[in-house]
Amino acid sequence: MGLVDRGRMPAPLSKLFNMGRSYSMWVYQWGLACCAIEMGAAFGSPRYDVMRLGVIPLPASPRQADLVVISGTVTDKMAPAIKRLYEQMPEPKYVISMGSCANCGGPYWDSYSVTKGVDQIIPVDIYVPGCPPRPEALLEGVVLLQQRIKMEDMAAKWRGDEFTPMPSSKRAQERAAARREAIEANREPIVVGGGPIE
Amino acid sequence: MTVLSDRQQLSYIAAQAADARLNVELETEGMTLNIGPQHPATHGTLRIIAHLDGEQVVWAEPSCGYMHRGYEKLTEVRTFPQVTTLINRIDWLGSFANEVPFILAAEKLMEIEAPPRAQYIRTILFELSRIANVSLFLGDLGVQMGAITPVFLAFRDREYVLNLIEGATGGRFHPNFDRIGGLKDDLPKGWIDETRQVMRKLRGFCDEIEDLLFGNEIFQSRMRGIGVIPADVAKSFGLSGANARASGIDWDLRRDQVLPMAWDKVDFKVWTHPDGDCFARCWIRLQETREATKIVDQLLDDLPPGPVMAKVPRIIKVPAGEAWVATENPLGEMGYYVVSKGDLGPFRVKIRSASFNNISVVPWVLKGVYVPDIITILASLYFILGDIDR
Repeated sequence: MGLVDRGRMPAPLSKLFNMGRSYSMWVYQWGLACCAIEMGAAFGSPRYDVMRLGVIPLPASPRQADLVVISGTVTDKMAPAIKRLYEQMPEPKYVISMGSCANCGGPYWDSYSVTKGVDQIIPVDIYVPGCPPRPEALLEGVVLLQQRIKMEDMAAKWRGDEFTPMPSSKRAQERAAARREAIEANREPIVVGGGPIE
Repeated sequence: MTVLSDRQQLSYIAAQAADARLNVELETEGMTLNIGPQHPATHGTLRIIAHLDGEQVVWAEPSCGYMHRGYEKLTEVRTFPQVTTLINRIDWLGSFANEVPFILAAEKLMEIEAPPRAQYIRTILFELSRIANVSLFLGDLGVQMGAITPVFLAFRDREYVLNLIEGATGGRFHPNFDRIGGLKDDLPKGWIDETRQVMRKLRGFCDEIEDLLFGNEIFQSRMRGIGVIPADVAKSFGLSGANARASGIDWDLRRDQVLPMAWDKVDFKVWTHPDGDCFARCWIRLQETREATKIVDQLLDDLPPGPVMAKVPRIIKVPAGEAWVATENPLGEMGYYVVSKGDLGPFRVKIRSASFNNISVVPWVLKGVYVPDIITILASLYFILGDIDR
């Protein structure tokens, strides 16, 4: 990985690594309050099976995790523990803040003991709103994060920068524009089972 | 006394010294084991500091406050209808059950009573939230013993109950459905038949769990005779709910007090167990889930017609006074002491939640147990962190 260390990363290699990273995420479940139960329903129940998305919710320790889901109310007493958890995780690491309390304080916006948003302590990649969000919402957050990882510039992440999209070549940009045009041109709806629309 | 030669004396001294050295080497030092503040076995963010001697706990101290959100202070700056939004989130597994005692206390101060249909629906939703709460406990119990299958079964069957609560109230987790004087809405069409089917499914779930977990030999040997709480100790620590009934205290607020709810219209059995150990506590909860499904079935059979909302003013001002109402929540006795000064919001609300008293027995019951039993005992005491710290 000498290329990554020097801050250069060929685009094909980057794409390959990003695909591998996005479909083998180990999630550490930092369940705090009500959202922890919905997170358990999303990650551990047969109805919303998360492993089909390429996410493994069972690491034994934060030292093995790529992603942490902060779900629930963060209090001032809990905040140092969360900071420490984040520092224990290996790079590259991502954070999903689940629920209104972790996003901004939620219904406890005027409480004396609640930290108004976990982003005061650690950087957050995805916010999932709701009180508590449905399990589907958390799954969508995971999918959005995977999309984001797929187009991420790994070298920038390695340098410790904020999220930067992959620099794309002129040819790739032209191809994307052509694809958009093709989609615009074929606005005909697809009918399940074929046949014209009555 | 026999006279020893020099050589014998020397060897005796050497043996004594060797013994002393061995004793020093074998002597175990005390060790502090920190469990938490975030541990799957603690249902949230409880921290237990256990001082060990070898494999045994010398003393253990629960450290709570990691989930303290300051409810009692927040209720002072909210109006009466706004308070239910907050107190839903105290015991987050059985949310509807938290609203009921507060609303009953406010109704007691305003001297109004909900119409009979609203009382019945309240009781049904109360019991449904009990089922949602305890069914997750039954699944989680397996995980903490090292069996992973029961939790999948519990999440599968809990979804049916959550769907029912969502169908009636619009909220999967936090219904916020209770109003002072009745309920927000009537039941939707087809809800009653669906509920009957789900109750049948949940009785099947209880049978499944009983076969899978409670009949398991390993489960029984890890549960029976562990963490025994005698009745007098349970009383002195203020345990309530299933923890008290497992110690042989025949006390259930649903049966033993008169409230404007529909529990006196149905007949149900209050289960008690003489043992007071971990197995008894879990077994009582299993039986309570069964009884709750039967209560719901009976209430659905004779659901009275009529309105679901009494006549209340548009802007709710609760007259000055004090009221205390407690109900038998899934975790135990939960009560609200509401002080009103005639304003839009309460002047002071004291919340008595079951889990805070239930974990007060932890230092007593963990004394002298082995390390693996800590998790068993904590699991069987069954607390929810929002209910402890508030």
